[in-house]
Order: sequence, then structure tokens, then C-alpha cells
Amino acid sequence: MQSVSPTAELPRTGRVLNYLNNGYTARSWLLSTDHKRVAILYLISVTLFFFAGGAAAVLFRLELMTPPGDLVQPETYNKLFTLHGIIMVFFFLIPSIPAVLGNFLVPLMIGARDLAFPRLNLLSWYVFIAGGTLTMYAALAGGVDTGWTFYTPYSSMFAKTHVTAAALGVFISGFSSILTGLNFIVTIHTMRAPGLHWFRLPLFIWSIYATSLIMILGTPVVAVTILLVGIERIWRIGIFDPSLGGDPILFQHLFWFYSHPAVYIMILPGMGVISELITCFSRKRIFGYSFVAFASIAIAVLGFLVWGHHMFVSGQSMYAGMVFSFLSFFVAVPSAVKVFNWTATLYRGSILLQTPMLYAMGFIGLFTLGGLTGLFLATLAVDVHVHDTYFVVAHFHYIMVGGMVMAYLGGIHFWWPKMTGRMYPEWWGRLSALIIFVGFNLTFFPQFILGYVGMPRRYYAYPDEFQVLNVMSSAGASILGAGYLIPLGYLLWSLKYGKLVGENPWGASGLEWQTSSPPPTENFSTTPQVTQPAYTYPHTEELLLG
Amino acid sequence: MDQQRDAASLGMWIFLATEVMFFGGLFAAYAVYRWSYPAAFAEASHQLNALLGAANTAVLLTSSLCMALAVHAAQTGSRRRLMLFLALTMILGSLFLVIKGYEWSHEIHLGLLPGATFTYVSPSPAFSATQVEMYFMLYFLMTGVHGFHMIIGLCLLMYLMVQAFRKRFTPDYFAPVEVIGLYWHFVDVVWIFLFPLLYLIGSK
Repeated sequence: MQSVSPTAELPRTGRVLNYLNNGYTARSWLLSTDHKRVAILYLISVTLFFFAGGAAAVLFRLELMTPPGDLVQPETYNKLFTLHGIIMVFFFLIPSIPAVLGNFLVPLMIGARDLAFPRLNLLSWYVFIAGGTLTMYAALAGGVDTGWTFYTPYSSMFAKTHVTAAALGVFISGFSSILTGLNFIVTIHTMRAPGLHWFRLPLFIWSIYATSLIMILGTPVVAVTILLVGIERIWRIGIFDPSLGGDPILFQHLFWFYSHPAVYIMILPGMGVISELITCFSRKRIFGYSFVAFASIAIAVLGFLVWGHHMFVSGQSMYAGMVFSFLSFFVAVPSAVKVFNWTATLYRGSILLQTPMLYAMGFIGLFTLGGLTGLFLATLAVDVHVHDTYFVVAHFHYIMVGGMVMAYLGGIHFWWPKMTGRMYPEWWGRLSALIIFVGFNLTFFPQFILGYVGMPRRYYAYPDEFQVLNVMSSAGASILGAGYLIPLGYLLWSLKYGKLVGENPWGASGLEWQTSSPPPTENFSTTPQVTQPAYTYPHTEELLLG
Repeated sequence: MDQQRDAASLGMWIFLATEVMFFGGLFAAYAVYRWSYPAAFAEASHQLNALLGAANTAVLLTSSLCMALAVHAAQTGSRRRLMLFLALTMILGSLFLVIKGYEWSHEIHLGLLPGATFTYVSPSPAFSATQVEMYFMLYFLMTGVHGFHMIIGLCLLMYLMVQAFRKRFTPDYFAPVEVIGLYWHFVDVVWIFLFPLLYLIGSK
């Protein structure tokens, strides 16, 4: 296996001022408007949320080891999957790549000193933490049992759990993603370095831009929807409850108008990361730059037109269902364009199988599987059969976990030396990437079969014949859990003992690799001038191998 | 400096796009229920005082004119005119809230506030009191959210007034006046949609 030789000299001994050693007090972190420090704040918070959401999953996977409900009460089971969904969707997946890697990288990649509104950026973290705290309070005070979708009228009129606090937490954290999206769009428009025109931008920036569009246009709608649920719940005034003259289907329309585009918030940034990883570790320019760039925008736009495919069996009109089905097939086109272009980029590249690349390869395979099963679900007749079964659960976990979490971990490993100035241990990295891939497939592939043969989701007990597949899934989940704990351990270890790296340990293109690792607070000592398109790798390859 | 001004202005436009989507959700709910219960909505709408609503529309439009003149004064560096027009905008904005508050208190007095205090009895078998309550739910929510935006706007204008008093604005630097002006016009435009949709349904 080839290894990457360091291209830059190691940092000089002696204390070079960078964003990490520029102040050690709590105040210098908690009141910092440096986008890199805010990114680290987000990194710590979403990691905590990830393991909290994961703990809930461990509990319900344990319950599902045996057919009868024996470990937890049915109410507890409902609270566990609700907590898992709410935390993972709103407090891990949505902020993961945008708020951690996006915050850290957007200014660096476009050669700017910071985001356009640094104080707004810090505010968005506090808003996020306020929303998260409220939701965690709801979880600890007794939990929520509505599912992460808060379907009415159950959530607004009947649920006896802490729906209001949890919904308010989601409402508040929504403003955090609105502020983040707004900040990114303005930054990308107004703060690019001289010479860095739109078609020289790294594709990660395009994907973050597309994600931000969804954040600013979708999130306000879910905010107003949650507000209406809160009003119906607190004052018992009819909005969505049919017995009060309301229309529960209206809730589903409003909810999915945001929440379907939101699933693209949970995959587009991952696609951006993959474009960076694939080009770097195959030492090639991306195949069809503008196709990949516009595919991101197309996904963001089409994503707003397909929400009705969540409602094929809800009682919406059959004709609406047909239109939504057709449009859902349509959104597969730009996604497939990306997969084809990544694959074509690999062709005759000098492929290096470092840890980030292993995650990228995992992403392509698992995302393809998740995407293709999405086509089954977009087909009206098939959806009626598998709606609300484990088939759906497996499908979206292939996208969210097999796609987004793989891309997130790949990105964290790739930019870890830039963020910390130290390299993670490569052997452990490869091992855990492999464990995660195996554990993931063992967890979720059996769920496709379970769903197809008829096991509904969200039930805490099931007939005996489903046990083998459920045990496989739970076993996979324990492997997956171990796979996630290993990086947590060695990444923390590397903070102190990792090998020091120079400014560009991967020999990667991109402006973020032209400043020191970790970068100084002001990012660049002189404003970079850009004269070349993105991913000028053949040149770097000569340097490395020649 | 130019870059900062561009950023502030673009930032406000994007924020207003999020606001359009936020109000859009409410307008969607309004459209669905007006489609479902046209008779109840027409009847409920007649309970409002369209004359006061029209007067308020005039007040708010005039305040937008004053805001535009304030931005112009900031551009030309005329501090006295800037402060005068900011003050006029604030006075008209406050007048709007006073009239709106009077309308609300009157409607609450008539028992039209949804919830426990809702005492409206349907005069016709064509629609139910619940449907009228749905209208008033949307009415109070939409005008309430709009009024909340007005109050935020007044606070922002107050901030501009203080900054203008401290001579912070020059013909080279007046981005805050410009972007808060944009916000004020947006809140005005929301009312332009609310007024006919809420007050003028089925009037003969």
C-alpha cells in the first residue's frame, strides 16, 4: 500500500501562534468569534449529541433481540426511538458537516479571514445549545413519545409526554441553522479571494451553498409548523385536530415541506466532502466539475418538490401522489450524476487507500444502495406495501448513516491534521473504518429484508419468525458502536501524541492546505491569489511521485 | 467597506427570504381553511372593522415613505432630516400598533379570542362556531406575529436614532439605515397581504 510522503517541512520548534494556542481561558473559547473556534465548539457538542442519540439506539436494539417486549415498557420504547430520531436528525446530522466542517473550512477554502458575520456565527452556536438543552430537558424530565415527526393530532392533543419542551427545543435550534445558512451564503458571495470565481470553488463550497439554500428556505416553515402545534397543544384551539375542524394532512404537508428538503441538508454536505476526498486520494481532477456543482443545486431545488412522497398512504389525492412520485424519480438524476462522476474520477487515478478514502469508498457504495432503494419507495404501488416498515428504516439509514456519517468521519479524518496540527494513527483509522463498514451493513441490511417481509417500524415486540434477522441487526449495532468508539479514543489520543504535520500532509490542492496546521487566527498571512481551477492534481502527483 | 455593505445588504435580503417562508406557512394554512370553510371565513371577516384596517394600511404605507426618505437623507448625509424621518417613521409605526391594539381589545371584548374566552355563537346552520374560531385563531396569530415584527422594527429604529444622534452615519457609511429600512418595508408588505385577506373577504 502506498503512503503519502509529507511535502512540507515539519513546523519549526518554538511557539508559533495559531488559533488553538491563542488563548486558553474558557472566555477565549466561549466568546470567540473565530470561525475555527466556533467549529470546535460545534464539534464537541455534536459529538456529545451523537453518543446520546446512539445510547438510545443501543437500548432499543437490545429490546429487539427477543420477540416479546421484555427489557423496557412499551411507553419507554416509544420514548427511546423518538429521542434517537430527534437528537440524531436535529442535533447531530443537520449541524454535523455544515456547522463543524463548514464553519471551519468555508473561510479557509475561499481564502477569507472569517465568515461574513462572525458574531452571528457565535450566536448560532448558543441558539443551538439552548435548543439542545431544552430538548435534553424534555428527554430527562420524562421523554417524548411522538416519534421525531411530531404527527398531529397525537402530538398536539393526546400525547401526555413532554412534547412542548422538545418541540420548542427543535424550534429554537432551527434558528441556529437559519443563521448558519445565511452566514455561509453571504460569505460565499462576498468574501472569495481575488481570482476565485464560482467555477474555481472547491465542490465542498458548492454543496455547502446548496445546503444553505435549503436551510434558509425550509427551516422557517418547520418553525411556523411547530409553533402551530404548540398553540393547538397549549390552548386546545383547532388547527390540525379534525375534531376541532382542523386538517391533520395540512400538518404533514407543512412538516414534510421542510423535513424532506432537510434530508438533503443531511446528505449534500457529505457529497461535498466526498468530492474533496475522491480527488485528493486518486490524484485527479474531478470528472465533470460543473455537472457535480450544478447537481448540488439541482438536488436542493428538486428537493423542495418531492415532499408528498412521505404521504402516499396519508389520504392525499391520488393525482398529487402520482406527481410527487414522478418528481421523486427525477431527484435521483442529479444524485446519480454525482456517483457516476466520482466513479469516473477514480478511473486511472493513482488511488491511495488512506482512512479518509476508505470512508469515501464506503460512502459511494452505501449511498448508492440507499439511493436505489429510495426509488422503490418513490414507486407508488411498492410504497403502499413497504410504507412504515423496516424497509424505510433501512433505506434512510443507508443514506443518513451509510452516507452522511461516513462522509462526516472521512472529512474529520481528512481535515484532522489541519484542525489540530497532528495526524491520527493511520492503522487504527483503517481498522475502525473497516469495522464501521461491516457493522453498518450487518445492522441495516437485515432490516431491508425485515421490512420487505412485513415487520412494521416503531413496534417493541414482533412475531418469532423475525428474530434471526433482528438478532443479526442488534449484533451489527454493537459492532457499529465499537467502531464509533475507536475513533473517539484515538482522535483524542492524537491531540497529545499524534505525529506533528506540516501545512499539507496529503499533498492536497485547495487553499486550506496553503496555510499552516493549525491555521493562525487570521487564516492567511497574505490574502491568497487564485489563478487555477480547483483540483489541479496532475501537477501535485508529479511533485509527489516524480 | 463596500464588501461589508454588500454583505449586510445581502444578509438582510436572505433573512427576508426566510421571513417570507415563515409567513408563507401561515398563509398556506389560511388558504387551506378558507377553501374548506368559505362561509365561516366571510362571516368572521365581517366582525372586523375594515375602516380601521384601511386607516392602518394608510398609516403603515406613509411610515414606509418616511423610511425611504430617511434612507435618502442618510445617503446625502443630512443628519437632521435623517432624524426627522426616523422619528416620523417611529410615530406612525407606534400609531399603527395603537390602532391595532384598540381593534384587538374590542374583538376580545366581543368574545372573539379563541380558547376559553370564545363566546361567538353561529347565527346560521351553514357554518359552525368552531370554523369561525379557526378564522380568529389565524387572525390573531397572523396579526400578532406581524405586530411582533413591528415591535422589533421599532426597537431597531430606536437604535438607528441613537446612532444618528451620535453622528455615526456618513454618506460613506449608512448600511444599518439601509438594511433596517429593507426590514421595515418588508413588514409593511406583509400587512399589504394581511389586510385584504383578513378584512375584505366577501364584502359586498
